[in-house]
Amino acid sequence: MEIFGAVITLIGSIFLLLGGLGILRMPDVYNRMQTGTKATTLGSILFLIGISIGHYECGCLGKIAIIILFIIFTNPISSNTLARAAHFAGIKLTSRSVKDDLKEDDLENKGEEK
Amino acid sequence: MADLIYNIAAIIALAGIVLSFIRLIIGPTIADRAVALDGMTIISISLIVFIAYYSNRIIYLDVAIVYGLISFVGIVAIARYLERGI
Amino acid sequence: MISIIIIVFGIIMIIAAFLAIHLKNLLSAIISAGVISLLASVIYLLLAAPDVAMTEAAIGSGLTTIIFIFTLKKIKKGDLDD
Repeated sequence: MEIFGAVITLIGSIFLLLGGLGILRMPDVYNRMQTGTKATTLGSILFLIGISIGHYECGCLGKIAIIILFIIFTNPISSNTLARAAHFAGIKLTSRSVKDDLKEDDLENKGEEK
Repeated sequence: MADLIYNIAAIIALAGIVLSFIRLIIGPTIADRAVALDGMTIISISLIVFIAYYSNRIIYLDVAIVYGLISFVGIVAIARYLERGI
Repeated sequence: MISIIIIVFGIIMIIAAFLAIHLKNLLSAIISAGVISLLASVIYLLLAAPDVAMTEAAIGSGLTTIIFIFTLKKIKKGDLDD
């Protein structure tokens, strides 16, 4: 049982490392935001579940569940707010991106108001 | 055997913090630095939980709970400032 | 294991403090100061002081950042580019 939890923890830590590597290597703010949120959320959830499986005899699964719930709720909200702020602050997309839906929606809304 | 794998996992997560910090050093815009701070926060919560089980003190988990709540507010404040208005 | 984490976090804290002094943009300096209190909280936890770590996480990383940003908005400084 301990080996099983340890292997899950190792998989989660590899996801955390890939999240850090994606933050370093991606070409754009929005790509960095995407890899820095999804990979680290999955990695930290796997890390916490693996540790709580490996040490199941101490009887503190409730606190681990509360921490996982906080991560699931707060991480997408902060990433969404940050992406919206970066878009409206005028930070450019990378030159290889092909589509920007939010900009087209803004242009359509301004056209309707006029 | 299991303790060795846990230690290796913690060191790999520590490498993730170092990689995110390099982006915080060289990041051209403020949004890059905020994203790097967000990633460092999430990996730090995982490391705090690892430290709690490593030293056999369950009271350390409360620090992780407080951390997960408070750091989110800081990121949202930075984002609202970037959007011109708080 | 504990000593490895303390050494790596100490080096990162020194670099972040140097960065907070030398960056021209004020918001980037605030983010660097937030990194310092984030890692100081983990080091307090490693030195077996969970109450100090909890206070540092609440005040140093949350409240100080928000008060600095509020002040920065009041005095209308700080540009978007680096």
